[in-house]
Amino acid sequence: MLKPKTRFSNLSNLFLPLSVLAILIIINLIKGADYFRITVVNGAFYGNIPNILFGASELVILSVGMTLVTAASRGQDISIGESGAISSAIFVQYVLRSGNVTLWTILVGFLISCVAGIVIGAFNGTLVSFFNVQPMVATLILFLGGRSIAFIIDGKVSPILANEISNRIGTVIPGVPIQTPIILTAVFIVLVAMVLKATNLRLYVEAVGINPSAARLNGINPKRVIFLTFLIMGVCSAIAGFIAVNKAGRHDSVNLLKFIMMDAILAVALGGNSLGGGRFGITGSILGAYTIEMLNRTLLRLEVNPEAIKVFKAVFIIVLMIVASPVVRAFVTQALDKAKSIIAGSPLRQTGGTADATGRKGE
Amino acid sequence: MTRLPKAGLLLLVAVLVLSWGSVFVAAQELIKVGIVNLPPEESGYRQANVEDMTAVFSRENGYDAKQTNTADNSEQISAARGYIRDGVDYLLISAANATGWDDVLQSAKRAGVRVILFDRAIDTDPSNYEAALLSDMHYEGQLATDWILNNVPEPRNVILIRGQLGSAAEIGRSAPLLKAAEEGKLTIVADGTGGDTWSLEEARKVVEAAIAAGKDFNVIYAQNDGMAQGAVQALEAAGISHGKDGKVKIIGFDFNRFALRNVQAGYWDADVQCNPRQASQIDQWIKSGNIPKGIIYQEELILDTDTITDEHIEKYGINADPGKGVITR
Repeated sequence: MLKPKTRFSNLSNLFLPLSVLAILIIINLIKGADYFRITVVNGAFYGNIPNILFGASELVILSVGMTLVTAASRGQDISIGESGAISSAIFVQYVLRSGNVTLWTILVGFLISCVAGIVIGAFNGTLVSFFNVQPMVATLILFLGGRSIAFIIDGKVSPILANEISNRIGTVIPGVPIQTPIILTAVFIVLVAMVLKATNLRLYVEAVGINPSAARLNGINPKRVIFLTFLIMGVCSAIAGFIAVNKAGRHDSVNLLKFIMMDAILAVALGGNSLGGGRFGITGSILGAYTIEMLNRTLLRLEVNPEAIKVFKAVFIIVLMIVASPVVRAFVTQALDKAKSIIAGSPLRQTGGTADATGRKGE
Repeated sequence: MTRLPKAGLLLLVAVLVLSWGSVFVAAQELIKVGIVNLPPEESGYRQANVEDMTAVFSRENGYDAKQTNTADNSEQISAARGYIRDGVDYLLISAANATGWDDVLQSAKRAGVRVILFDRAIDTDPSNYEAALLSDMHYEGQLATDWILNNVPEPRNVILIRGQLGSAAEIGRSAPLLKAAEEGKLTIVADGTGGDTWSLEEARKVVEAAIAAGKDFNVIYAQNDGMAQGAVQALEAAGISHGKDGKVKIIGFDFNRFALRNVQAGYWDADVQCNPRQASQIDQWIKSGNIPKGIIYQEELILDTDTITDEHIEKYGINADPGKGVITR
């Protein structure tokens, strides 16, 4: 139902993540043509693609929150991994203390952890929106101290989450052919899409991100909007922590979701979003997150030496960003036009000199 | 009637004098110890280590001990200087960084403070400390490699999942396996790493990549328990059998209790100890006045499905115990 013009502009926003994704797929197909092969193992789909979707679930959820925070506050939340570690620690404690674990226990524990996430988001959001602390500085506090808090909640050990329901949330539910984290991520994406469709959130966030003063003059309270995006980020962190801890089967406060904010910020950038705030595209960030997961696995597939894998990742990202950048895109379009005009021109005029003249004329 | 209170008073005085005396003697006999260590939240290993230090170097055991826990090398050094100024008898150090300690160690020597290093070595002249009680990572790797050679029939195709590259644990635990591969006793079909965080997720990806590439393997050599867990998750998802009666043999390191329970249940195959409890050995050295010179390595164990017992798990394990028969997937 979209007008052609909007559809076109959407596509051009997605040019960066899509082209990066395409490059990675080509590399993977060159390495082996069976890249997309999917088999069924124990009643669930198995293969490279399900592995990517499974592995990226936490990152996808976090990059959605990161996109909103970035767009509204013009900065990044670097405490998302720690926030997820704290809220999931609370979830684990609730489940372990409730004795008999039922679906109800897990659900209540999850909701409690979401509340914890909101509290953390409110803390960060208050610092950023009401005290005007720069987002990265405000969230640095929890980035540094968050894991100690999670460690204390854990009772100074890594508690084990060995119940059957948690295991099914982290792997597959018997009879369902898709791994549960993939389903949860899909549900999350649909919910976010519905919220953005049904509310004015996008308009408010973009207005505040583009120009907070202008937004205020138009009756939008920038402080409230920024605060709200941090609350959403808190919920995203709690959901990601919930998935991560159920996948891992135990709560390791030291390593759970460690340094994931790097990849989340990268996903936002790869998604074609400005890290300086303003207009944003959630689809791009989601594609960016899957692209990062695919990149990590591509490096493993190419059997890059473990010592060199980080260097390769950095070089890959830089090359991919440059190849897919608007500058190169404009250059390529121009070159293609030129080539077209040369090809179009050459059958008419026999000599090279005239073809040159056509080319120049094209310029 | 007046005699009794008098006798009682005498007794009271006697008791008071005696107890005063004993308090006085005890105060004199307390050995002053300064402990410079890393923060407990660093890892399950460190938590067990700090807990052990606190338990052993207590007042009841005749120590007046102070602890500093920080991962910052310069903070550690200034804490050590503070302890030297306080006039401690012994300085116990687990350094965040192996370098930068020469000055402070020398001033300890001048002040007559005896330095014992634990868990982590320092790059300095051996005359700057008394003894260093360490885990021999190379020995741990040798234990695991020997276990593979003795328990897995040929062909032995190993997936190696390293920890943080360049760390003492990674280098030590890799070396014996790489040597065995060089000698043709086994083949390393995939060589990956869990990265700087020894990450479960990264380890899982390493194994998933090996499966996707169609590699044939029957051993996973993961340099800590979390990575072994991630590797097993990848096998489970791909429907590949593992453990006691399975195709792929699983070896982890560190003696986390969940890992030992997995070995006990036959879900994994073996686990190698990395002992965080150096305190009682050091306590023994101090009390006997007989401190050895140079680097001393701790005795460490490998346990497999046949040798593991509840007592091992209780006594040597670290971190939370999921309980007997509970598998951590």
